Amino acid sequence: MTHLGYLLAGWGLSSFIVLLYAFRLIKRGAQLSKRVPSEHARWISSPKQNSG
Amino acid sequence: MTSSITTASKGSKILGLTSLVGFVVLVLLAFFVTDPDIRFHPETGEEFGQFDAVRLLYLHVPLIAVTYLAFVVCAIASAGYLVKRTFWWDSMAHAAGEVGTLTCALVLITGSIWGRPVWNTWWEWGDVRVMSTLILFLLFLGYLALRGAFVSPQRAARPAAIVALIAVLDIPLINRSVEWWENRTLHQKSTLSELKIEDLTLFTLMLGILVALLVMSWLILHRFRVAWLEHAEFEQGIKTAIEERRQIDNED
Repeated sequence: MTHLGYLLAGWGLSSFIVLLYAFRLIKRGAQLSKRVPSEHARWISSPKQNSG
Repeated sequence: MTSSITTASKGSKILGLTSLVGFVVLVLLAFFVTDPDIRFHPETGEEFGQFDAVRLLYLHVPLIAVTYLAFVVCAIASAGYLVKRTFWWDSMAHAAGEVGTLTCALVLITGSIWGRPVWNTWWEWGDVRVMSTLILFLLFLGYLALRGAFVSPQRAARPAAIVALIAVLDIPLINRSVEWWENRTLHQKSTLSELKIEDLTLFTLMLGILVALLVMSWLILHRFRVAWLEHAEFEQGIKTAIEERRQIDNED
């Protein structure tokens, strides 16, 4: 296979960055979920004036 | 009373799992099943083409598609916020804007990595499509910086919505740039709209776009839920501060 280094760099870097971002989202979500009452945690269960 | 310790739901777990399976299938197709781009000169018979570097396009092109979509969602949600003035629209705009900025960065990175073996350059300052994409990235980076500059998310919402509506106007410029300034770009005209590719190559590219859409949806969904929690925590903090102040006043 030609250009293997470029292929691994492109696919590898992109996958790593997306996975890192997804992991940070999950972690931040878990941290915040512990501090927010469940009735306000999701837009679907939150007071009507905020639901869009 | 606290909620579950995650922003995931049954739907988002299915979405995430489908995205992962789709990504694995995409990698297998892109790396091991599709052919490299090898063509022969009609007169000399000499080999030319992108060779295996073409496999980067199964990632680069889908990333472009989802970047456009994420920024369009951001602009629609921003317009929705300016009309409705509710936090739902603002959170959606914020989530789509952030995910779009991330995928736009990946478009620039993968484009640069692909450009080195194919165009023999990492970066081409004179290329109108490269530069207009860089401008789009910088505009939305500014959008996120603007949001971060305000302590209160409500204060940031209106100026950010206006910036998003202006920034999104760059997308038709990027898309049409290869037609309007064809002498100032190394990019070719649209491969998809003129159906220059077919069979397995087309299928893999379409699968790539579908997988990128699934991943983008998962990311926006979770970013939206995080934004909602941040807002709820902020509101809760204000209420607590007011109650504490009232108690102090009553004690006095």
